[in-house]
Amino acid sequence: MGRQIYEAIADGILDGGVYALMAVGLTLIFGVLDIINIAQGILVVLGAYLSYVLSVHLHIDLFVGLLITVPAMFVIGVAIQWLFIRPLRGRDRASMSLLAAYAVALIIEGLLYRVFGPNYVVLTASYVTSSVHLFGFYLPDIYLYGFALAVACVAALYLLLYRTRFGRSVRATMQDQMAARLIGINVNRVAAVTFGIGVAVTAVGGMMFGATSGGFNPNSGYDLISRLLAIIILGGLGSIGGALAAAVFMTTAEALVDIWSPDWAVVVFYVALVLVLAIRPSGLFGRAPARAQ
Amino acid sequence: MSPRAENTVTPRAEGTVSVRAASTVIQRGGGALVVLAVLAVFPLAVSNATVTTIAVDTLIFAAAAVAWNIFSGYSGYISLGHAVFFGAGAYTVGIAARAWHLNGDPVFALLPLAGGVAAALSVPLGLIALRVRRHTFVVITIAFFFIAQLTATNLSWTGGSSGILAPSPNWAAATFNDPFYYIALALLVATTAASWLIRRSRFGLQLRAIRDDEDRAAGLGVRPMPVKLAAFVISAIVTGMAGGLWFYFIGQAIPQFAFDPLFDLSVVVMAFFGGLGTLSGPLLGALIIEPAQQWLTLQYTNEYLSEILLGALFLAVILGLPRGVIPTAAERIAALRARRRRAPAREAVPQAEQAGQPGRAGQAAP
Repeated sequence: MGRQIYEAIADGILDGGVYALMAVGLTLIFGVLDIINIAQGILVVLGAYLSYVLSVHLHIDLFVGLLITVPAMFVIGVAIQWLFIRPLRGRDRASMSLLAAYAVALIIEGLLYRVFGPNYVVLTASYVTSSVHLFGFYLPDIYLYGFALAVACVAALYLLLYRTRFGRSVRATMQDQMAARLIGINVNRVAAVTFGIGVAVTAVGGMMFGATSGGFNPNSGYDLISRLLAIIILGGLGSIGGALAAAVFMTTAEALVDIWSPDWAVVVFYVALVLVLAIRPSGLFGRAPARAQ
Repeated sequence: MSPRAENTVTPRAEGTVSVRAASTVIQRGGGALVVLAVLAVFPLAVSNATVTTIAVDTLIFAAAAVAWNIFSGYSGYISLGHAVFFGAGAYTVGIAARAWHLNGDPVFALLPLAGGVAAALSVPLGLIALRVRRHTFVVITIAFFFIAQLTATNLSWTGGSSGILAPSPNWAAATFNDPFYYIALALLVATTAASWLIRRSRFGLQLRAIRDDEDRAAGLGVRPMPVKLAAFVISAIVTGMAGGLWFYFIGQAIPQFAFDPLFDLSVVVMAFFGGLGTLSGPLLGALIIEPAQQWLTLQYTNEYLSEILLGALFLAVILGLPRGVIPTAAERIAALRARRRRAPAREAVPQAEQAGQPGRAGQAAP
């Protein structure tokens, strides 16, 4: 039993790294654009299918393939923001953009179904099946590589946000869009690039999800987005550190409940979310209650 | 900020009682009666089972859309979790009918129970979700939706992933759809009447005040929580009854279809298309979108295409017609009227021409 618990914690932390990466993209988009990109889940699946196409049809290694899929997802993200989010105006912009993203998700899902069908596929490579013996556990190589990559990506995002001029304008926009505009920041460009970056991380997340989830199909997006939403709300909307902590907390809790009952493990995500919000409506690390409209 | 013709909280027609306002009310009531008469004789005139099946489906969704609008449209809290109540209603009817061995007409008597279960669920959910606003509220309703779907899948008494079967009444095939049709119509009429009464009432005014500015409404003496919760519960009751009826009509509930994310989105699209927060908008949206969607599904037997089209239509509505058909049309008519009112001063439009041009949405010229 004790051994199982340690193993569950190790699994949870490794899995949490990947979810953290996807959630950081989502919370970054929220912080800058004040919208929730509900299409993030299906974009992760799209990223997974891109990796699938590259590895099955073009025989490109999963990790090397990221050099293609990450820029591709960045362009898709910028396009979505530019075409469907940017034109929205008026008082109901927040809910409208959420619904627009939902519609985009529906279209992508339908297209994926038409192209790939409803059958489950899985990403394979030599390191997906091999594992390494570490601290008495057998840990699949892909988890270790993926965790390292996720940590590297989050670190790169951190450096981008806190050590560059662009990052400073992103953070300024997050704090106060009007003031950012007044001091000469091109808020539209910041918004587009941020949306692109937030979506680009789904290429990495999608590759990892496709290789570790034991199979995915176009319907997997719902499960993913609901987990990601739970993570970013629990972490406090717009808080990057909160998203990291909440991701690891949630996946570890899920892995622990999974020992006892696999059926109910997924429910833990949402029950945790509801419990936290019943006590603290702004999330664990949230800023002050939602800004008045 | 865009002007809202029919939506802003202003003491309009109710306050300025004039002959014109009274005649508008009469004309609108007359229009509603005509629509109702057409809907009432529809099954007598059309016997094609495919068409009446689509009609029943449309009426159920119309009731759900109007119910969704009573809460989300009037209060501004966009719920993407009403499928919880829809599915709860479906499962209530299924489990009760199985336990009490009901079949035929008595199953319809379970619909109030379905509404009651949905109401009982909506109180705790509302108390938690209505504490937060905007995005967080939307996301919590989505979380409730997933909890409900997973619970239905994991419990044994809900039939797990294979779901639950409805009793199959042995009615004659030719008139099989008729009882469903009239029950659905009754539900729709009652819901629309409730929506109309709420919109005109002090309660409706409080709801719309909350939508426009919750903090200010609270400052002016509205107690937001009870008001929001009451609307949430009313909306849940109707949605639960619609779900129960839908389940009996379809014949089966499995977790993915009883708790369907597409249900949430469909209802929202209908309300947005017609006009969020208006009385007739969700009705109009449902009467146009649901038959079109069903027809496309039958025509192409490919659900993915209808999914893509629903998404595309939704984007088109949000980007091109963000306030919906009804408010936009109302604005056009008002502009037209204003132009006409100015016109007589200049060129004295002949009376005959004015009488010959009734307004587009059943509103005659002044």
